[in-house]
Amino acid sequence: MKTLRLSPLGDTAVYAEFGATLDLELNRSLQALAVALRARAVPWLRDVVPALCGIALHFDPCHPQLPDAVLEACEELLQDCFKSASKFEDSGRTVEVPVCYDEEFGLDLSDVSQRTSIAIKEIIKRHLKTQHWVLMVGFSPGQPYIGGLDPKLSVPRRATPRTRMPIGAVAIANAQTAVYPYETPGGWNVIGRTPLTVFDPARDPPSLFAPGDCVRFVAITGEEFVKLSRPPH
Amino acid sequence: MSRTRSLHILRPGLLSTVQDRGRYGLQHLGVVPCGPMDPVAFELANALVGNRNGEAALEITVLGPEIEFECAALVAICGAQFDVTLDGRALPLNRPVFVEEKSHLKTGRALVGSRAYLAVAGGIATAPVLASRSTYLPAGFGGLEGRLLRTGDVLPLVPNSPALARSRYASMASKKTLSNGLRSVTWSAPALTLPEREPIVIHAMEGRHHALFDAAAQRAFFEATWKVTPDSNRMGFRLAGPALALAGALEILSEPTCLGTVQVPANGLPIALMADHQTIGGYPKIAEIAAADVPRLAQLMPGGTLQFARCTLPQAGELRRVLRQRLAAALRTLTWMYGE
Repeated sequence: MKTLRLSPLGDTAVYAEFGATLDLELNRSLQALAVALRARAVPWLRDVVPALCGIALHFDPCHPQLPDAVLEACEELLQDCFKSASKFEDSGRTVEVPVCYDEEFGLDLSDVSQRTSIAIKEIIKRHLKTQHWVLMVGFSPGQPYIGGLDPKLSVPRRATPRTRMPIGAVAIANAQTAVYPYETPGGWNVIGRTPLTVFDPARDPPSLFAPGDCVRFVAITGEEFVKLSRPPH
Repeated sequence: MSRTRSLHILRPGLLSTVQDRGRYGLQHLGVVPCGPMDPVAFELANALVGNRNGEAALEITVLGPEIEFECAALVAICGAQFDVTLDGRALPLNRPVFVEEKSHLKTGRALVGSRAYLAVAGGIATAPVLASRSTYLPAGFGGLEGRLLRTGDVLPLVPNSPALARSRYASMASKKTLSNGLRSVTWSAPALTLPEREPIVIHAMEGRHHALFDAAAQRAFFEATWKVTPDSNRMGFRLAGPALALAGALEILSEPTCLGTVQVPANGLPIALMADHQTIGGYPKIAEIAAADVPRLAQLMPGGTLQFARCTLPQAGELRRVLRQRLAAALRTLTWMYGE
């Protein structure tokens, strides 16, 4: 693997882009690279963020040990860690995500069905069938971008984003699935909802999903959804 | 029996949150650092009351809160120039003031700048969440229940807050009882981040997607005068000005963003990402603001104006070094005033 492009994100971060299109194998090696980079515990490095096809290194711009030639230092660090990272395996974790695909939760199922000319039942079947991976976590705390969607289900974002996604919405767009932890705006197509708490700062680990995890969606009924939902407080 | 030591919020002000230095190391899980919008004023406020470790302070915005002190405390307000009184007497900014038990602090409007930090010796002692006391409004955790302060809130201080106030005030050089009776000092911290004459100049580097904008947009970004719109907040400053168009249709993959990223959504109006920004974004990035200029930008009021000045990465580094030296010099002086 070669660095395609190393670009500064201002003077506090660097984004190393290893490709321009989504590639599951590349993404998996980025997760390993992130683990290796974090293991180095570089004092001026604050955050290591593996993304879809690149990795961002955020540094403390006021750290006394921050090298003057920070781009070069980051490149060297990336090259060096990549050698050790290649020995890393997947996290080995599989997160099982119960999803209720009932009409009241799958707000855009009929829309997706029309656009793909695939029956709703078949959409659900295909969503359940394939192997999924967490490609990246971000936007809001714990929100996963999950790859591995059946290519036949690949639809663009909705023309008009929703201003408030339901908490736990399971939504698809651009060959990926996302699970919304909070009532944030969102433009993806909602096909179901999970009763799981995606992010809870009081839980260890706080995030249900981490980059590199395998994901298996499991269909549940409306009754099971209610049973698995946390009691309202 | 230990008594609780706390601040009682009589009026919350427009947007008051608890902030410490921030929550680092969790961006890969979508958790952005948050922390003070103006970290320079925040550090100075803490140093003025003898805090060394980025203790949690109150960030107050545009219209400040009214607070009753349950116990004696040593406080300092630093950042924007607010109109502040303590029991009806003018409270000087940028210097430590000894506050007696049951005192009533009233912060009015920001006259210059928009954000200030109210630091208390020992710090605000809300429970840390993921190793930080910073309030993270978009996800609702940290600070006080992850939200803005409300009337009736009780903000805990460290238990030894009054003792700290007394001992630190006693150790200070050049104490002075002001003509209105407030106990303060003759020295003060410099204001390093107040906005100068508008439009203020904010240095920025070309962003990753700068070349994807059309020629007019590339020019306009660095030539236009931009206005901070009222729907700006701790997540981002929305800027009004000429709409910036891409040279062609473009769908970029979502990728990491950072503090100071200027992204341009489909309507062509740029958004400068601030302390509570999302960690990942899918809009093209036209520019990245120099880290040294983010605190000054944070001090602009809604309606305030700015221009972007093009700079290079080494120039941004130089701006950062200059600011760091000025801050370090101010912090050294303040430490010395504590007799150390």
